[in-house]
Amino acid sequence: MDLKRRLFLGAAALAVALPLAAQEKFITVASTTSTEQSGLFKHMLPIFEQKTGTKVRVVAQGTGQALDMGRRGDADVVFVHDPAAEKKFVDDGFGVNYKQVMYNDFVLIGPKSDPAKIVGGKDILAALKRVEGAKAPFVSRADKSGTHAAELRYWKSAGIDIATQKGPWYKETGSGMGPALNTASSMGGYILADRGTWLSFKNRGDLAVLVEGDQKLFNQYGIMLVNPAKHAHVKQDLGNAFISWVVSPAGQKAIAEYKVGGEQLFFPNYKGR
Amino acid sequence: MGEEPMRAPTSLLPLRLEEVSFVAAGKTIIDRVSLAFEAGPRTIILGPNGAGKSVLMRLCHGLLAPTSGRIAWAVPERPGDRRRQAMVFQRPVMLRRSALANVEYGLKLAGVARAERGAQARAALQSVGLAELGDRAARVLSGGEQQRLALARAWALRPEVLFLDEPTANLDPGASAEVERIIQAIHAAGTKIVMSTHNLGQARRLGDEILFLHQGRLVEHAPVDRFFNRPASAEAGAFIKGELPWT
Amino acid sequence: MDVILGAIRGAFGLMIGLDATLLEIVALSLQVSLSAVAIATALALPLGAAIAVSKFRGRQTVIVILNALMGLPPVVVGLVVYLMLSRAGPLGELGLLFTPTAMVVAQAILILPIIAALARQAVEDAWREYQDQLRSLGAGGWSAALTLVWDIRFSLLTAVLAGLGRAAAEVGAVMIVGGNIDGVTRVMTTAIALETSKGDLPLALGLGVILVTLVLLLNAGAYTLKEAAQRRYG
Repeated sequence: MDLKRRLFLGAAALAVALPLAAQEKFITVASTTSTEQSGLFKHMLPIFEQKTGTKVRVVAQGTGQALDMGRRGDADVVFVHDPAAEKKFVDDGFGVNYKQVMYNDFVLIGPKSDPAKIVGGKDILAALKRVEGAKAPFVSRADKSGTHAAELRYWKSAGIDIATQKGPWYKETGSGMGPALNTASSMGGYILADRGTWLSFKNRGDLAVLVEGDQKLFNQYGIMLVNPAKHAHVKQDLGNAFISWVVSPAGQKAIAEYKVGGEQLFFPNYKGR
Repeated sequence: MGEEPMRAPTSLLPLRLEEVSFVAAGKTIIDRVSLAFEAGPRTIILGPNGAGKSVLMRLCHGLLAPTSGRIAWAVPERPGDRRRQAMVFQRPVMLRRSALANVEYGLKLAGVARAERGAQARAALQSVGLAELGDRAARVLSGGEQQRLALARAWALRPEVLFLDEPTANLDPGASAEVERIIQAIHAAGTKIVMSTHNLGQARRLGDEILFLHQGRLVEHAPVDRFFNRPASAEAGAFIKGELPWT
Repeated sequence: MDVILGAIRGAFGLMIGLDATLLEIVALSLQVSLSAVAIATALALPLGAAIAVSKFRGRQTVIVILNALMGLPPVVVGLVVYLMLSRAGPLGELGLLFTPTAMVVAQAILILPIIAALARQAVEDAWREYQDQLRSLGAGGWSAALTLVWDIRFSLLTAVLAGLGRAAAEVGAVMIVGGNIDGVTRVMTTAIALETSKGDLPLALGLGVILVTLVLLLNAGAYTLKEAAQRRYG
């Protein structure tokens, strides 16, 4: 205990020496790169911060990493988009006060030259079958993210066992949405992306949206408090206040009014669940 | 300076070496040397390059420990005691400070109070003719000036014994003469001088007794006149005539 | 090529316009890296000097390991510090994760071996020159080492600068332990990584130009200082 106390004093001295946001109220939210990079947080968080005086610090990673952060107790709130993983998280006792709050959609992006001939299609599963059939280059995030989880679900629903049927045409980058899009752009490959990140992505090269609008591409976001029973230090009151605000009319309005290039990215759909 | 070096109730001298050997990397550099340094005469350690003069001086001064044999001062030195013997090296090593500050540094290590260091240092510089250069950066001084500064630094400590390892080997004749003059003055003030050189003329000018070293062995130990006029050993004779090969 | 030129133009535009977010990011970068350098130097200089002047069993092994640690991958350091500071880890109670303090700690750990190894080399070389004279004058172990370190302080500045360069340039450690939180732990390197991943390459490049310029200025300043000292003290 003595060593820890000495370390604490040392760290405290450091914390005083770096008077950066040490005194303010804040919560730590583990979220995904798609929500952050789309610019949604930059738009909606200041509204909440102004109203309550609580700063929201977002650590943006993939859905899988965000949930891991929640399990370890390194965040107060988790805000991701993988309902199956979220359900498991709550069932395992790591999350409470779980609410589904908004959706956006995925789009299948690819080179304008479209070797698999899927442009204009409205069926994601059919499109993926054609990509696999043509062995056209396809970039997968392969990073435990919500987008990656969705991609795997689509392959499975299309009847393709991607784990065994993948070949050199299937590139697993293990990276976030942006870097994966960069990769697809430079090699002219197909890629599943969320519309939000795509709309604010500036390095498009020869890429364009080829398939969209399928109901299956609907991508649901959920928010939950990290269970204080498991991690006593979690800022329950502030965290719950944030969750309440996100599902409140004001919060849902903030989500809906965010647009990029005139297009709305996220659609609030909290139904009191 | 003109002051007697501080003599403790008992003098450091004589310094006795008994069967002292020094072996490094398989080579015997000093080979069973036995001798005594007595208070009084200016001792010159003479010999060709590679004879082991420098190593012998370092052994006496305490920078090296003998591989075998005994080195004993009349009053043993304990770590932490003020040093009562000093050494000037062939190449003077100065700190990146002024000349005056370098002398003051030596005085500080000797335990001289801060208030007195300045005056004593200035007096030391005066006695070697460097009074005007006190504020100059020590390392930008000429070779001769730096060596005089090293002498000032050593002398300021009022050592009982001053070792000098070929102090003029790197100096031009003018600077060498200056240094020799200062060494004579230090001796006149009462410090025992032990100096190594391979220069015969210098040995004659400055020495009272000669220790002739050849390949790590003490070959001859004689008063200066007898050494040069009637050398007892063949090696000494050859060396004086300039015929001794380099070792 | 136009992308690069456009980026440089954009970068200067941001700097001249004193864009508030940019200034915040630059200020934080300097604060974190300079703090890390200060802490690492305070620990590394005595360590390097001590190894340089001491004789002990296994000294050669220690030196080899210290030199090898100069190549510590930043992302590995970041990961280890993250695991220590995580709530699930031993130091979780300190609540330091995702704060600038955590970034300072990670960078200090990263650059400590660099400064120590380079200092050790410089001190050892100088020790060879000074050792006999200092011992002759009666300077014992620590006193001699301290005098030596002070005497070669401007050479040691080079070692410190090497550490600063490494700290300012790395992204792996600060990304993991800082979380790249907007307005809190976003520094130049993590901002560049973010803008790159968003596909905004010109902005990322522009930030890169600013970062390199800053480090260049720091090095130029230190070089001038060294030269002036060399002329003065010899």
